[in-house]
Amino acid sequence: MMDYENLMTERLRRVKPSGIRRFFDIAAEMDDVISLSVGEPDFMTPWHVRQAGIHSLEKGKTHYTSNSGLMELRREISSYLSRRFHVSYHPENEVLVTVGGSEAIDLCIRSLVDYGDEVIIPEPSFVCYRPITEMAGGVPVIIETKSEDRFRLTAEQLRNAITPRTKLLILPYPNNPTGAVMRREHLEAIAEVIRGTNIMVLADEIYGELTYGKACHESIASIEGMWEHTILISGFSKSYAMTGWRLGYACGPKEIIGAMTKLHQFAIMSAPTTAQYAAVEAMRAGDGDIESMRDEYDMRRRLIVEGLRSLGLDCFEPEGAFYCFPCIRSTGMDSETFCEKLLYDQKVALVPGNAFGESGEGFVRVSYCYSTKHIIEALKRIKKFLNATP
Amino acid sequence: MEKLLKLLDENARLSNEQMAVMLGMTPEEVAAEIDRLEKQGVIRGYKTVINWDKTEREYVTALIELKVTPKRDLGFDEIAHTIAAFEEVQDVYLMSGGFDVAVMLNGRTFQEIAMFVAKRLSPLESVLSTATHFVLSRYKEKGLLMNTVPPDERRNILL
Repeated sequence: MMDYENLMTERLRRVKPSGIRRFFDIAAEMDDVISLSVGEPDFMTPWHVRQAGIHSLEKGKTHYTSNSGLMELRREISSYLSRRFHVSYHPENEVLVTVGGSEAIDLCIRSLVDYGDEVIIPEPSFVCYRPITEMAGGVPVIIETKSEDRFRLTAEQLRNAITPRTKLLILPYPNNPTGAVMRREHLEAIAEVIRGTNIMVLADEIYGELTYGKACHESIASIEGMWEHTILISGFSKSYAMTGWRLGYACGPKEIIGAMTKLHQFAIMSAPTTAQYAAVEAMRAGDGDIESMRDEYDMRRRLIVEGLRSLGLDCFEPEGAFYCFPCIRSTGMDSETFCEKLLYDQKVALVPGNAFGESGEGFVRVSYCYSTKHIIEALKRIKKFLNATP
Repeated sequence: MEKLLKLLDENARLSNEQMAVMLGMTPEEVAAEIDRLEKQGVIRGYKTVINWDKTEREYVTALIELKVTPKRDLGFDEIAHTIAAFEEVQDVYLMSGGFDVAVMLNGRTFQEIAMFVAKRLSPLESVLSTATHFVLSRYKEKGLLMNTVPPDERRNILL
């Protein structure tokens, strides 16, 4: 008999599986579920972008690209980042095209984190930073961001978390699941702590195009003295509705991008070629698509936040990404109980906040990547649920 | 104004309160704006897109191509207005290309539509010829798919 369990590395065995898998499986089995749970756009990839992918296939562009990605695409990424966020990267050696933003995160952490190195992770946040850190032998140091700080990482929290073993800070803003953003003054405060140290910042800016209100997203790499400290990670999934194409990128100092490229070339070889050609088109002619999708998200955001508040749920104003993160403590339930009951009683699927770290307990993530009709129906059902709850 | 129209165009059953929230206006402002647009004739009315095939009611639609002689001074307007006045007529358009006026017509049966063309349209003085095309199957109307609603292919829950 094979002992498969003990074949797995100890590190992997120690990585906690997602505790809410069971809950997800229930939702997947039920009929007529109104879900506000997915983390990807409901829009299709803009047609001209899809067409560029199709054309590349027609022309027989079916081979590997260079390990770092098509030079044409790296140039577009470089000019896009300079045009939109005023940060400059050389396409030759400071840009790496990856399989989604996720691969870039994986490469960055594995390139930088040695056994015992500490990685500071603000939570609630996307679920991958912690397991990847643990697989690299690093030590996750969790900072719990607070709703009274609008789920921003504060300089004081950061200062208190830094030790001589701190190698990397994860800066996941605009944030999934809270919708929090870091405006320039907040980034300045973080920069003040980081400058003069040897700590790198992994800036996960995958939602960078999705901020609402007057001010645009700003990258920490654009703050004085921070370029040298930053690996900027983004991708095409959220902004251009290209999740299934699996394409992202990392930009930063050539020494680190070079190391990440080394790992990437052995593990992945190169990102999918068709997706890269489509992405060139997206960057050249996709600004209008981003804008119209952002406008649409913004309307849905207002609708859902107002809707949840009118049901008596305390909901902090999300300014980025496409989620809101209402507090459900007033119901007396914990996040998982709330979500499970809501699913069974009214067939509405939300994600319990504690899926994004313990500090997410007491909250639920509500995605608004859905039509207004869908959102209105979901709100109706949530209302019924809350009314029936003593 | 354009955003408001876009919202109404997609779903005219949103309440003023809902639209106000989405547009960052007050419900009173939305009501006033809609009132203004109605008075200006920008908003012509509100209708429901119905798939009659799913009901008991017999329902046939045809596209009639008309070739007509334009009247001096009035051009095509006179004949277009005359045709538009018929209750059975849904849409009337002046067209570029191989014919002049397109008429969308609803009736209960093929026969009813054929009779309408023969008895009401063809005899009109300036109508030179007609060609009737019956709709056999409806796939999409007013931007809405008539039968199949594609399933949401996104996995139910994804972090």
